[in-house]
Amino acid sequence: MSLFAHYNYHLAIILAMIGFYTMISRSNLVKKVIGLNVFQVSVFILFISIGVHEDGTVPILREGYEIYSNPLPHVLILTAIVVGIAVTAVALALVVRIREEYGTVEEDQVQAQDEEPGPT
Amino acid sequence: MDTLVDILLLAFIAICAIAILRLRDLFAVTMMFGLFSFIAAGLFATMHALDVAFTEAAVGAGIATILILVTLGQTARREKSQAGRNVLLPLLVVWVTGAVLIYGTADLPVFGDPQAPAHLHVAPYYIENTREHIGIPNMVAAVLASYRAYDTLGEVVVVFAAVLGVIALLGLRRRPAGVEARPRDLEEHQVLKVVAKMIVPVILLFALYVQFHGEYSPGGGFQAGVIFAAAIILYALVFGLDTARQVIPPRILGWLPAVGVLIFGCTGVLTQLLGGNYLDYYVLAENPQTAQQLGILMIEIGVGVTVASVMLLIYFIFAERALGTRTDDGEAGR
Repeated sequence: MSLFAHYNYHLAIILAMIGFYTMISRSNLVKKVIGLNVFQVSVFILFISIGVHEDGTVPILREGYEIYSNPLPHVLILTAIVVGIAVTAVALALVVRIREEYGTVEEDQVQAQDEEPGPT
Repeated sequence: MDTLVDILLLAFIAICAIAILRLRDLFAVTMMFGLFSFIAAGLFATMHALDVAFTEAAVGAGIATILILVTLGQTARREKSQAGRNVLLPLLVVWVTGAVLIYGTADLPVFGDPQAPAHLHVAPYYIENTREHIGIPNMVAAVLASYRAYDTLGEVVVVFAAVLGVIALLGLRRRPAGVEARPRDLEEHQVLKVVAKMIVPVILLFALYVQFHGEYSPGGGFQAGVIFAAAIILYALVFGLDTARQVIPPRILGWLPAVGVLIFGCTGVLTQLLGGNYLDYYVLAENPQTAQQLGILMIEIGVGVTVASVMLLIYFIFAERALGTRTDDGEAGR
């Protein structure tokens, strides 16, 4: 058990780093947005892990149960998921607009076109 | 047993994340992302967060995946090769950040520790007082809609602002004249049509249950909103955009996000007019518990209307846009 005492936190950090790496190393903008989402989910896992009470149960009052997990992280993450999809939608809308203006969704090609001299 | 399930699910989710990073075919990446979200939902369920699991399953595996697919339909399906890009610097940054964070976890309390600071301060207050103050079993709904209703108002406004952002970027414009909704491949699949016809009403009914039974079982406005939107999006995918738009006319749909925010905000104003503080439900009725439940019911409806209509509106805007453009798989091939 003690070996896995921080397993959830470690895995959340590993996921966050995979998402972070996807964002900074890939040039495709859609892939970056997916990386951002992976990062978000890792934060959700971290928060929910902190709220777990080992003897607890789902935070819905019921006869016969005294100990419940912490409901506060659930509330925060519940709303964060919905706000996260809203952020993703705006990011994807930006990607669609960039594709229409530049004809590409690769970051370095967009950069190259911006640096080109002359009328765009 | 719980620990074993937890370890396995986390290992699966890490494998999915690595696949998302490594795969080049963005279509496959999107499918892996849907799987990733679905496993995350399972993980939340094992960690006692059923409300969160509902939302993650509907949003991550449903709506986010479909939005990314619609975007791919308008951009490129394959990622360009990364040859020539500097990978050392990002790798260094990620390893250093990760190492610092892992070092930081050494001071965190053990997973599930009853003595962790998170369990000692506000959490006992909510757990002990929900029954007496509000009288509903679902503490998550109680905290969301009553104790921390200001936060929730903020979140709903953020969701509303996001749809304004999408409209500002992509426009509500109708499709160019002459572009007919192409018959999608999906429409020819009889099995899909029959199955969709059977499950869409059930999903809608479930969304209503989650909305109105949310005080007694896992549920509430956010969850119901996304489940409702997912059902209509499934209908739109199988039966075509135009058919789905007849279900909820665009003119009405455009108003609904604002209506939801207004229901929420006006509940607060109503409590002020009755002599209380903003979103202080006690003035709504004689019995304090009835008053709280009435207030929660009203703002949950506001949340549900806003979330469902925002998700639908965003999907319709993206899908409408996709009709006019075509993908450039040819040039983006390698």
